[in-house]
Amino acid sequence: MSGQPSAGELDAIPSRQHSWWLPASVLLLIGAFVLGAYIGPAGRISSANWNLIWTVRMPRVALAALVGAMLSISGASYQGAFRNPLADPYLLGVASGAGLGATIVFVIGRSNTSGWLIDPLPLAAFGGGLIAVMFTYMVGAAFGSSSSSRSSITLVLAGVAVTSLATAIQTFVLYQNNDVIREVYSWILGRLNTATWRDVRLVAPYIVVSSIVLLLHRRQLDVLRVGDDEAASLGMQVGRVRLVVVVAATLGTAAAVSVSGLIGFVGIVVPHAVRMMAGASYRRLLPLTVVLGAAFLILTDIPGRVLTHGAETPIGVVTAFFGAPFFIIVLMNKRLVR
Amino acid sequence: MSSVSFSHLRVSYGKRDVVHDFSDTVKPGDWLCLIGPNGAGKSSILRAVAGLAAHTGDISVDGSPLRLRSPRRRAELVAYVPQSPVLPDEMTAFEYVLLGRSPYVSYFGVESNHDRAMVHNVLQRLDLEPFASRQLGSLSGGEQQRLVIARALAQEAPILLLDEPTSALDIGHQQQALELVDRLRREHGLTVISAMHDLTLAGLYADRLALLHEGHLVVAGSASQVLRAETLAEFYGVSVTVHHEPDGTVVVVPRRVS
Repeated sequence: MSGQPSAGELDAIPSRQHSWWLPASVLLLIGAFVLGAYIGPAGRISSANWNLIWTVRMPRVALAALVGAMLSISGASYQGAFRNPLADPYLLGVASGAGLGATIVFVIGRSNTSGWLIDPLPLAAFGGGLIAVMFTYMVGAAFGSSSSSRSSITLVLAGVAVTSLATAIQTFVLYQNNDVIREVYSWILGRLNTATWRDVRLVAPYIVVSSIVLLLHRRQLDVLRVGDDEAASLGMQVGRVRLVVVVAATLGTAAAVSVSGLIGFVGIVVPHAVRMMAGASYRRLLPLTVVLGAAFLILTDIPGRVLTHGAETPIGVVTAFFGAPFFIIVLMNKRLVR
Repeated sequence: MSSVSFSHLRVSYGKRDVVHDFSDTVKPGDWLCLIGPNGAGKSSILRAVAGLAAHTGDISVDGSPLRLRSPRRRAELVAYVPQSPVLPDEMTAFEYVLLGRSPYVSYFGVESNHDRAMVHNVLQRLDLEPFASRQLGSLSGGEQQRLVIARALAQEAPILLLDEPTSALDIGHQQQALELVDRLRREHGLTVISAMHDLTLAGLYADRLALLHEGHLVVAGSASQVLRAETLAEFYGVSVTVHHEPDGTVVVVPRRVS
């Protein structure tokens, strides 16, 4: 059965192709960092405003990079874990569940929770997001069929239902407590444009840990591409792997949402763009989505700063502008990516 | 070479039993073919061996029960080819066959150079090397079927389960696939358990046939013992003529009733 390969044989191993994609993406990310620091309403860099660059623009760029990387790798991981090309942190209801969790903390009162040992806001967002995605998955699995394209759509419809429910509960809670509406909505809109290094420090641990856990599951996600039964017959504990991946992706998404607000479509656009360019294997896909997701959000954060004078265009508007047409392209693609 | 023995196997989906009290032994290196009408429980027995269907009773390999093994240890013994395998369009043939090495890779690990060399070796022996970097969606049905068998072979399991391995193939590719399985089982001493609808092919390649009906084992034995016109009429409700060729081949031909 075995037999030592010659050097030439190993060179021909197909999965070593495309190795230039990662360096190219890192170069793009560095370029995005420079542009993100360079462009802004306050004009170009001079020696006098290094302080501005460091305290205003760099935290914003760093935060956009973290959030973009997280939303992208979460999207790719949900797509793998649910074997569903349309899975995305927003469509699955994660973001609205996280919003509901955060709303409840605001209603309890930030002054009441300020003395707590751990800030409950990210935890509540995580809990809400996790409950929402589990609910979506259960509803989708209960009514999905074995045909993969139909259950893809069932899962998305379940996500729409869960999103509506979470939003309805949130609206109800806010009507009862209209003193916190302003706080909640400013949380939902995010604070990328007022980011400080403190925000970066708050979310970085969650995002780094979640991303590492997801990257470590890249081979398992490849095995899962052949479906639950065959993956199980290959020795994988499918339920456990899916749970770990979904929990990690949800934790990271909730942390990202808690600083950036609702930014849609990143989790769909970046993974599918990478698939089109570099192939669908999760071993290449996950590292590339991290790097390109970071670059994508830094770059889409730039037009909002300069397009309109006075008030900024929210970044969610810019990503939706690119994302919605892209989503339709994915839907039109008959070979729904597995 | 490994033997497989079933003792009082019962498989249920919900409250419904689909296999009742199935007991049988497959000798090392033998090919057992499960036959029977749709819903007889053939696939459920294969799924139970692969660890995919909840069951009571014991399935043992060389005398040790499979249920004591972790999924990974079980996958080192049993390779399973489902009736309609999932072949992701955008996966390359090499990546697909590499999945067969999963039982030997640790949770967070990736395949070693040995695993990759082994996959190349399997691809070469099945004349699939030219397709290594092709995407599965661009291959023909016959090529895909050979790749599925290649993946099972890369798993290096002594027991091979095949659920309807030829149902989607034309007659030429059916023969090609079964010849391949037969050759591999001789070369590697594999023990094969398959489920098949084509009775003539089943009798031609398997050492023993087991006829199932509504979850019960009706009769097991050689092709000439099991493939009898009156037995098939009773359990399939079909009218057939059974020919016995001089070389021992049993040919089942459907008869026109009206």
